[in-house]
Amino acid sequence: MRRFFLHGLIIFSVLAFLAKLAQLQLADDSYEILSNNIAIKKVYDYPERGYIFDRNGKLIVTNQPSYDIMVIPKDVKDIDVEELCTLLKIKKADYDAILLKATNYSPRLPSVFIPQLSKDDFAALQEKMWKFKGFYIQKRALRDYQTKSAANVLGYIAEANEMLISKDPYYQMGDLVGIQGVEKAYEEYLRGVKGVKYIQKDRFNRDIGSYKDGIYDSLPQQGRDLELTIDLELQQYGELLMQNKRGGIVAIEPETGEILAMISAPSYDPSLLIGRDRSKNFTKLYYDSIAKPLYDRGLLAEYPPGSTFKILNALVALQEGVIDENTTVSCNHGFFYAKGSFMKCHGHASPVNLNSGIYNSCNAYFGTVYKKTIDKYATTSEGINHWAEHVKSFGLGDFLGYDLPTGKKGFVPTSSYYDKAYRNDRWRSSATVSNGIGQGELLTTPIQLANFTAAIANRGFYYTPHIIRKIDGESVDKKGMVKRNTTTVDAKYFEPVIQGMFDVFEKGTAYSVRAEGIEICGKTGTAENFTKINGKRVQLTDHSIFIAFAPKDHPKIAIAVFVENGYWGARWAGPIASLMIQKHLNDSISRKDLEKRMLEGSLMSEYVKPISGQPFTINK
Amino acid sequence: MNRSITDYPIKLDWIPILLFVLLVGIGWINIYSASSTDVGNGIFDLSKPYGKQLVYIILSLVMIVVVFAIESKFYERFSIVFYLISLVFLLGIFVFGKKISGATSWFVFGGFSLQPSEFAKVTTVMVLAKYLSDGQINMKNPQHLITAMLLIAIPAILVLIQPDAGSALVFISLILVLYLHSMSGWIIFIGITSILIFLMTLLLSVTWVIGISLVFCSLIYFFIPKKKRTIGPLIGLFMICSTLSYSVDYIFKNVFEQRHRDRFNIVLGLTEDMQGIGFNTYQSKIAIGSGGFWGKGYLEGTQTKGNFVPAQHTDYIFTTVGEEWGFFGSTIVILLFAGLLLRLLFLVERQKTAFAKWYGYGLVTVLFIHFMVNIGMVIGLIPTIGIPLPFFSYGGSALWGFTLLLFIFLKLDGNRVNEW
Repeated sequence: MRRFFLHGLIIFSVLAFLAKLAQLQLADDSYEILSNNIAIKKVYDYPERGYIFDRNGKLIVTNQPSYDIMVIPKDVKDIDVEELCTLLKIKKADYDAILLKATNYSPRLPSVFIPQLSKDDFAALQEKMWKFKGFYIQKRALRDYQTKSAANVLGYIAEANEMLISKDPYYQMGDLVGIQGVEKAYEEYLRGVKGVKYIQKDRFNRDIGSYKDGIYDSLPQQGRDLELTIDLELQQYGELLMQNKRGGIVAIEPETGEILAMISAPSYDPSLLIGRDRSKNFTKLYYDSIAKPLYDRGLLAEYPPGSTFKILNALVALQEGVIDENTTVSCNHGFFYAKGSFMKCHGHASPVNLNSGIYNSCNAYFGTVYKKTIDKYATTSEGINHWAEHVKSFGLGDFLGYDLPTGKKGFVPTSSYYDKAYRNDRWRSSATVSNGIGQGELLTTPIQLANFTAAIANRGFYYTPHIIRKIDGESVDKKGMVKRNTTTVDAKYFEPVIQGMFDVFEKGTAYSVRAEGIEICGKTGTAENFTKINGKRVQLTDHSIFIAFAPKDHPKIAIAVFVENGYWGARWAGPIASLMIQKHLNDSISRKDLEKRMLEGSLMSEYVKPISGQPFTINK
Repeated sequence: MNRSITDYPIKLDWIPILLFVLLVGIGWINIYSASSTDVGNGIFDLSKPYGKQLVYIILSLVMIVVVFAIESKFYERFSIVFYLISLVFLLGIFVFGKKISGATSWFVFGGFSLQPSEFAKVTTVMVLAKYLSDGQINMKNPQHLITAMLLIAIPAILVLIQPDAGSALVFISLILVLYLHSMSGWIIFIGITSILIFLMTLLLSVTWVIGISLVFCSLIYFFIPKKKRTIGPLIGLFMICSTLSYSVDYIFKNVFEQRHRDRFNIVLGLTEDMQGIGFNTYQSKIAIGSGGFWGKGYLEGTQTKGNFVPAQHTDYIFTTVGEEWGFFGSTIVILLFAGLLLRLLFLVERQKTAFAKWYGYGLVTVLFIHFMVNIGMVIGLIPTIGIPLPFFSYGGSALWGFTLLLFIFLKLDGNRVNEW
């Protein structure tokens, strides 16, 4: 028995091997298909990326040809490296580094060697490329910007990175893909679909013709053109007004939800992010952590809404029935909202009702109104949750669902927040009274401010804000992309509040920025803000905020302006909002001196304060 | 003693020599395919593996002449010396060795490297044969068994810490020779049962293994004639199986490193991983599977040409056969190996000296383990264990080791008529 043990093992192994080989080689032909996948090359034909127009049909973004030098590392041989480096204007060390990186990615797949050559560089190289085996030129379409504005809206395109490529097999190394803004949001429409040709390779990786006479080949599909809701002229004007200031402007057409302008200051010229200097410029913008030019303040900056929020509190109180138009509150430079707790106010006639409360922006009035709203319910928790529900119906405290890729939720506190902050049920309405004047824990983004202004202009509803108007000439309304959202406040409660906002211009805090012949309704706001210097909490000059819509009846524009460290609302944000509205409605500006003051005004001295290292004063 | 009297006439068996020539030749043809590129300076191009391998083959022929020239008693007499020298080399590697792809297994002199573990395989087979050839030795005697085990274990441990698990496995497989000598079959049975329990634990679960062994033990109980029935040992067996299964589960989850787990999981089909650790096996399966019945033709393999299979000219050389020569060629190569092994077993049986016989069993065991593990790995039947295919894979040390191993035996066999 023992003698045949090895015989048995040998014969058993041979039989097992033959069975497995038969399965691999004879029964299962999936391995043959896999082998073909590897031995058959795909060649891509890139379609032109779609154009982008503004709402008036003005062309904003087109394409220009660009040329990438591509390399297939394993094919590189017998080349004059020095000559190539001279032609490409790179150093030998760079050459080695780039080639090594490409080889590490894949020796047999193409990688980008030098991206985005200009037409001139290309012309010089074109005749000589044949000398450099393993290198070739791939033509691509780069963006060509017809404007220096709207970089934050348009976004940019860049080479797909390895992470994206591994996630989405559509993209290859060197493919361009939208990274931010509209370019990212509508990437699938803009890019089109690239065409594919299948090429049969022999074992030396040479092309030996079309695979199966091209039955699997496909033609490229053109990218689709987009028409944005942006009014380029208004956008450019807003950017001019915001020069030398930081902040954001968002303007929305209330009856459609279309975003007319979305300004983030400071911004940058979109043309900086194309061509050979792209990466240098990008690095510079990316690492500017003080001015943050790549940060879209219109969508991302969360600030307390300040007094602009009083409008919503008035609406909520009316809906809850805790006040009517004639309810009065007396104010003596403020009021005691609880024993020993005083909320300051500025000097104005007392007592105030709804109308004068709004146009005087009276803290006492709105503190009281807020407390009444909360205290209507048996418990504070219940009260604050009802209040939060009303506020949220105006689109606060959550992403609005617009079609741009970035955003912040903002914050609307509910009882669970205060239960965590204080001990459960140990807090009363007085603890949250700051919410009444838009300070407290509330956070909003400029687009949320503009959106609730639009909801007020519409007397109780808003359309989800959006940036896209037409795709290839076809209106997006028809695709159900525009959604109507109703607020929890009935239409009838809006009129007295809107009258108050109108009187802000007629006799209130924005009297100085009236625009002749236009019935603007608005509200000023001022938000305290803090920063950390050497770990210490330091207060900076207040943010200047303004919301407005016009005309009073059948509004055409709702706008929110936010100027960082601009002090009170009517100082910077108010005038800018007023000018923007006049520009949009009349197409010309009557108040040249106000315009001049805004264009020339600079807040740069404010912005250097916290980084100067010197002691400084605020709100001057 | 006159040398010509003891050593000549020599009666060589030509069948293994013919098979050796065929395997080395076909191996080289495939190494050429796996490593040739468009540019090359003839078959002696020393910058290419096929050129170097040709030199190694010629040197191995010189070695054969030397092996035949030396008196056969020499191998038996000096086996312990050779064994000790090879252990010194294995130790020296930790001082003078060079790390190549993760393992310190090589001595490097200029552009030339030697892998002492390949030669240690020869000397271990020799010293084991020498020990077993003593008529007093019996593997039922625990002291003898332990001595023999130690002879195997010392080189096995030395290569295992290089770390070269593949070669360690080869040394361990020499336990088979002890079984063929006189070792209790129970040790083999327990070993195989442990492996079965190990695999079942990983494939199914601890609960399944316990269930199966319970059923198995009950079956044994009812098949034993009523008079002889005792329940104690069966309960013991059941307990041992259960404990083993639990500890395997524990070791696999807590002691093994992730890379070990990955390899097992891929072969057992528990995970599919095409890019990471499973890449080798996946690519080699594509290459072999796309060969079909007749293969793609010599030098026409698209996967071979594209260098898709890693280490194709060394451990994965069989993929070239599979792709370019198809099922037809693969079957021929497997049958050549089987023919060689079975012929050698036949020769072993006719040996008159104990040393030649046990040496022969050692030789067959080593060749068989290499053949079984290498091809099994390449076609995805067993986990990735990097050992070369004898006579076939690129590499001087391995080729010379196998050549010495085989031809010393053929020399012993050729002189059998002179012994009495």
